[in-house]
Amino acid sequence: MRHLLNRVAATLPVMAVVAVLVFLLIHLSPGDPAALIAGDTASADDIARLHAALGLDRPLWSQFLLWAGRLAQGDLGTSIFTHVPVSRLLAQRVEPTLSIALLTMTLAVAASIPLGVLAAHMAGRWVDRLVMLFAVLAFSVPVFLVGYLLIYGFAITLGWLPVQGYVPLSKGVGPWLSHLILPCVNLSLVYTALLTRMTRATVLDVLHEDHIRTARAKGLGVVAVLGHALRCAAIPIVTTIGVGIAFLIGGVVVTETVFAIPGIGRLVIDSVQRHDYPVIQSVLLLSAGLYVLVNLLIDLSYRLFDPRIRA
Amino acid sequence: MPTAHRPFPLKRAILGACAALPLLTAGTFAAAAFAADAPPVTLRMVPQADLKILDPMFTTNYVTRNFGYLVYDTLFGQDSHGVAKPQMVERYSRSEDGLTWHFTLRPGLAFHDGSPVRAADCVASLRRWAARDNYGRAMTAAGAEWRVDDAEDGGRNFTLTLKKPFGLVLEALSKVSGMIPVIMPEKLAEQSPSQPVTEVDGSGPYMFKRDEWVPGSKVVFVRNPHYAGRTDDPDFLSGNRTGRIDRIEWIYLPDANSATAALTTGEVDMLELVPPDYIGPLRADGDVRVVEGGAYQANLIVNQLHPPFDNPKIRQAVLHAVNQEAVVAAMGYPPDLRLAHCASFFICGGANDTAAGSEPYRKPDPALAKRLLDEAGYKGEPVVVLLPTDYASLNAAALVAIQTLKSIGMTVTVQSMDWATLVARRAKKDPPASGGWSVYVTQAATFDANSPINNFMLGAACGNGMPGWPCDEALDGLRADWIRAGTPEERRARLDGFQERAYQVVPYVPLGQFSAAFAIRKDVKHADRLWGDVPQLWMLDKAAGAP
Repeated sequence: MRHLLNRVAATLPVMAVVAVLVFLLIHLSPGDPAALIAGDTASADDIARLHAALGLDRPLWSQFLLWAGRLAQGDLGTSIFTHVPVSRLLAQRVEPTLSIALLTMTLAVAASIPLGVLAAHMAGRWVDRLVMLFAVLAFSVPVFLVGYLLIYGFAITLGWLPVQGYVPLSKGVGPWLSHLILPCVNLSLVYTALLTRMTRATVLDVLHEDHIRTARAKGLGVVAVLGHALRCAAIPIVTTIGVGIAFLIGGVVVTETVFAIPGIGRLVIDSVQRHDYPVIQSVLLLSAGLYVLVNLLIDLSYRLFDPRIRA
Repeated sequence: MPTAHRPFPLKRAILGACAALPLLTAGTFAAAAFAADAPPVTLRMVPQADLKILDPMFTTNYVTRNFGYLVYDTLFGQDSHGVAKPQMVERYSRSEDGLTWHFTLRPGLAFHDGSPVRAADCVASLRRWAARDNYGRAMTAAGAEWRVDDAEDGGRNFTLTLKKPFGLVLEALSKVSGMIPVIMPEKLAEQSPSQPVTEVDGSGPYMFKRDEWVPGSKVVFVRNPHYAGRTDDPDFLSGNRTGRIDRIEWIYLPDANSATAALTTGEVDMLELVPPDYIGPLRADGDVRVVEGGAYQANLIVNQLHPPFDNPKIRQAVLHAVNQEAVVAAMGYPPDLRLAHCASFFICGGANDTAAGSEPYRKPDPALAKRLLDEAGYKGEPVVVLLPTDYASLNAAALVAIQTLKSIGMTVTVQSMDWATLVARRAKKDPPASGGWSVYVTQAATFDANSPINNFMLGAACGNGMPGWPCDEALDGLRADWIRAGTPEERRARLDGFQERAYQVVPYVPLGQFSAAFAIRKDVKHADRLWGDVPQLWMLDKAAGAP
């Protein structure tokens, strides 16, 4: 518990630095939301009045303190453009984003672990080469291209699945799943490739270790030996899975755009394009916090897999 | 082979009928219940942009304007011939000198919250609009004052008084684009005009479902069951605007490929603006109709505060060098949707189409352009071009413009940026070498270009706030004369003089005209009635049970 508290406490300065950096980067980049809101016919006076109304005419430090003060009270602010609270914008996007992240990673883990272990077991043979060829292809082909091909094949030609959109789980598992299959398959290909390579490499290393040779010499079956090897190789695999989940929750812009999923990635891009400062700041800060949290969970999970760390 | 005759089993038939009766009754009730719970007929449209601002009197964004026409109503509405027809107004009268106007609202008009629309709401709304809009400001300059009359007829009467003649009162009140004069409740209209109103309560044919709004993804409207439509047929923005479809969803699909695929599979019914590259493929789709959706003009905005474009002769040189056909072809529009050359600043083929003053510019003449540059004393001052990278058609037009400038010997510096950054940058009045700019490309739809007052880029009052900052007292005076004209005939007579002067001082460089296109599935009814670039969704209909 003390270890956990120490780790949590260590994240606070990281978050503070991230908050300052995010704020400065966004405000120092060129672009003016007031000019965008005011439109083509706005005069300089119109834009100046809008600056004042939005509080953008204040010194930067004053704007930062105001934002940080509200943030400390749990107020993420309000979108400059839509006047919708950022917390509501985030709440609307949490379910699609979590759904994509979890389903994608489930598909990726379900496919990559057996493939990686199989490739390691059959290292150097045609099965291994076939698996590695798949991994290279899946990792190399651009996500948007695979997305378009999936849409063309399964939505336009066969008509089995919808092209775009997201249906909440509350409207039924069928519609929810049918809208997620294509984007999640699209995304999972990349993670399947990554995890397969990672699993193959780490399991292969373990298979060459003395304790595995001993286990084989004692007559342990192939499945049991591979099971042991997989557990020993778990730490880098779990790390990759954890980072992958954090990345997916942080937003997968291309896939969300191609399949029109209203997730966090699109929220960030929309906000960046319009310089919607409160939304960008809050979402990026939360994403950073999420990365820190996932890293913490990964660190803690090492203790489950490696008794030496527990000790 | 003959069949054996068997007697009709009467007893069994009666018993069967008795047994079936409860089932039939139950079935009838079930069918009725099913009909009551039948899903609403829904039209799904992909808008041209995501809706961000909910106040159509605050911004010139087309998506906000289109939102405004669904949830709000206007006092007058233009028909497809450009004639202002009474919409919320039941009757109106004008004094002989044109300085006093009386208006009476139709009875039964109500906002979505059920409260009646009163003259006080109209007056407050028009005051708000006048504080922001170019027509409104011109009316204010003519001494316009809005006043609620005595509470006769249930508070439906109000009056406009002017101190100077203003010939465009009805045109202003039926303004199609830019900031449209919608009527909102007094308590909303009285909010500061420096900020957009965020609450929505209109009296239009559809109601905004805020609880289903997902900014960046979806906007939902449901039919206003209490909308008091007119009795005359709908015609563009006039006539009966009662909605036929129960529910409208705007699904924002930022990826053009996915949007086109969604239309092809029937997941959406309509694309409000088809990207030029997709017009051809959609025309080949047997289930989809691609329809011309209003004319646009691409324009090169030039910064007239600093060299080299502070010199009108250099602006004329660029105008001589431009090949409009090359620009609009590069933007991707097919030959039938683009013009080889448009000589009018006010939309070719429109009510104010004129070629006055354009004769010297009919054909691109790079040699003449180079000679004019020499005569103007151009010394190679750098031309800073703002190139938008996230706006495909404008990017293409800008690339052609860059090539044109280079071809006549101008020194060009290209600065690439996203549109949001460009919009902020263009407000800077600094010299191009100190963070300012020289030129950028933009476009304007019909109703933002089709008259000297609608075409805000021709506003040449010195000290004005328009990026480019054109300044020409003569042109500004001619514009004021045109606005003052009391009749369409007088305005028409003054139009040519205005355009001739525009061709002399070149407030901006026209790059060509093209028509946008919308695409709609063929099972949507009445698409043939749509006109112009405003999607009049209230006219459309779909069969019940359609996907």
